[in-house]
Amino acid sequence: MRLVILDNYDLASEWAAKYICNRIIQFKPGQDRYFTLGLPTGLPRNHPESYHSYMWNNFFKHIDIDPNNAHILDGNAADLQAECDAFEKKIKEAGGIDLFVGGIGPDGHIAFNEPGSSLVSRTRLKTLAMDTILANAKYFDGDLSKVPTMALTVGVGTVMDAREVMILITGAHKAFALYKAIEEGVNHMWTVSAFQQHPRTIFVCDEDATLELRVKTVKYFKGLMHVHNKLVDPLYSMKEGK
Amino acid sequence: MRGGQGAARAPVLQFTNCRILRGRALLREDLWVREGRILDPEKLFFEERRVADEQRDCGGCILAPGFIDVQINGGFGVDFSQAAEDVGSGVALVAQRILSHGVTSFCPTLVTSPPEVYHKVLPQIPVKSGGPHGAGVLGVHLEGPFISREKRGAHPEAHLRSFEANAFQDVLDTYGSLDNVCIVTLAPELGRSHEVIQALTARGICVSLGHSVADLRAAEEAVQSGASFITHLFNAMLPFHHRDPGIVGLLTSDRLPPGRHIFYGMIADGMHTNPAALRIAHRAHPQGLVLVTDAVPALGLGNGRHTLGQQEVEVDGLTAYVAGTQTLSGSIAPMDVCVRHFLQATVTLGKASCCGMKTLRQPCGEAPMVRN
Repeated sequence: MRLVILDNYDLASEWAAKYICNRIIQFKPGQDRYFTLGLPTGLPRNHPESYHSYMWNNFFKHIDIDPNNAHILDGNAADLQAECDAFEKKIKEAGGIDLFVGGIGPDGHIAFNEPGSSLVSRTRLKTLAMDTILANAKYFDGDLSKVPTMALTVGVGTVMDAREVMILITGAHKAFALYKAIEEGVNHMWTVSAFQQHPRTIFVCDEDATLELRVKTVKYFKGLMHVHNKLVDPLYSMKEGK
Repeated sequence: MRGGQGAARAPVLQFTNCRILRGRALLREDLWVREGRILDPEKLFFEERRVADEQRDCGGCILAPGFIDVQINGGFGVDFSQAAEDVGSGVALVAQRILSHGVTSFCPTLVTSPPEVYHKVLPQIPVKSGGPHGAGVLGVHLEGPFISREKRGAHPEAHLRSFEANAFQDVLDTYGSLDNVCIVTLAPELGRSHEVIQALTARGICVSLGHSVADLRAAEEAVQSGASFITHLFNAMLPFHHRDPGIVGLLTSDRLPPGRHIFYGMIADGMHTNPAALRIAHRAHPQGLVLVTDAVPALGLGNGRHTLGQQEVEVDGLTAYVAGTQTLSGSIAPMDVCVRHFLQATVTLGKASCCGMKTLRQPCGEAPMVRN
């Protein structure tokens, strides 16, 4: 894996953004060659805090993507299992995910693959752990009864199939999860640890997220920053022919 | 991958690089419109799976809902209080010309006039939707004749009336039909005003307090009877006094019916109200502030003598007086000038947009969004 450590949230975000930008451009996307970006799933639709609203406001409205190329799991579908199976099929038809970008929960989960999730799981309906419900309460005015208890999510296996995985981790409250994910063994209680067995994983984090790591680990990866930075500098542009 | 859907659907227009008003704040957001209706971009993206057919760059400007002017006596030589044969074309002319001031809906206002004028003019001003041809007519604002002698301002003394004898019947006799009326300004200290206020509000007409010497108690009782608006705050009423704030005191009164807000018009033309007074009112009760022009027929014309109601008016620059006196006779500042002046005085950008408009007949105003 690569572990990229930046000083703070803003720098970590910027680094990650530049990396994704470069990856897409180096891929040389075109009319017949689509770069497939994978993102974790979220809450049911038709809710002000719904994942659709979140994705629209934070991503889609800022870019000129064709709406037909944006596929989001529909939590209001009649047959949820069929919805999940169809999603897996769409990924296959798109040629697989080129880059999956996700975060990590305080309990070490990737997407909504809660502790105990099978490390070879596929897209399915998951009951959320109390930790996750508590973490989401802030989007529902702190009213626990309003937080959804189930979510559709891509599986650990689904993400493992991606050609590259990027995990973003910031904040001290995620530090223990990061420690469990990269310094301990592969364990279904900390599902992000599954990526130790992925050929191309990159973790981007801020200083606070490294608080539970060994000094040795942090020093080793910080020492590699000059190598890591070559991935974002030079920053490519679609306008230059390459 | 597949392209967009349905060629049969009307084109979608996306305004970009603009700021729009939402939730009482100005946000950097795009506005999406189709066939004159504002769209929810999320629905368009996720359900219809469509992108815009045309984009328009707004150059960083604010895209504001059209202004509503609830007090305008005429303009461009047209006087709504004149018993003309063809009132309709006068209204249409003003409606068309105020579009360039940003006004998309208005209430033609009639000042104190004899009953013959009301009987002739009112049926000729029907409620009408706006469009590219002109601003919409929401209804007529009748300012007078049931007002205070002492605070009549520019209104002619000879035509003032009371409804002490027959209350609401007197009102009907004076105005004729109330069909096209949406606001009536009256002085609540007049005898039997409560019956009249109740009868008017029962018919969905907004009652506004103005041209009055009412004290705070009388004003509060009027609000409890149904009054919900104040006509040009500070002008033509008793000045604020710390032991009896008068009508001005309604802005912070704790005797209003629960859940009800009082709205108040203010003329921010730089003449009628000192900026400090504007700020005091705004800070005391920002949600109730409604900018009005109270524009006279001289709006849009040059300096000189013009007619307002039954009187002559002298225009000099940005000021209009009753000819031969020092009494202000309405304003000639267009609505966009009033908004800019208000902005300058209070330095609150988002809120100014909220204040220029109000939906009548609703206890709390909601800014209607612009069509086209």
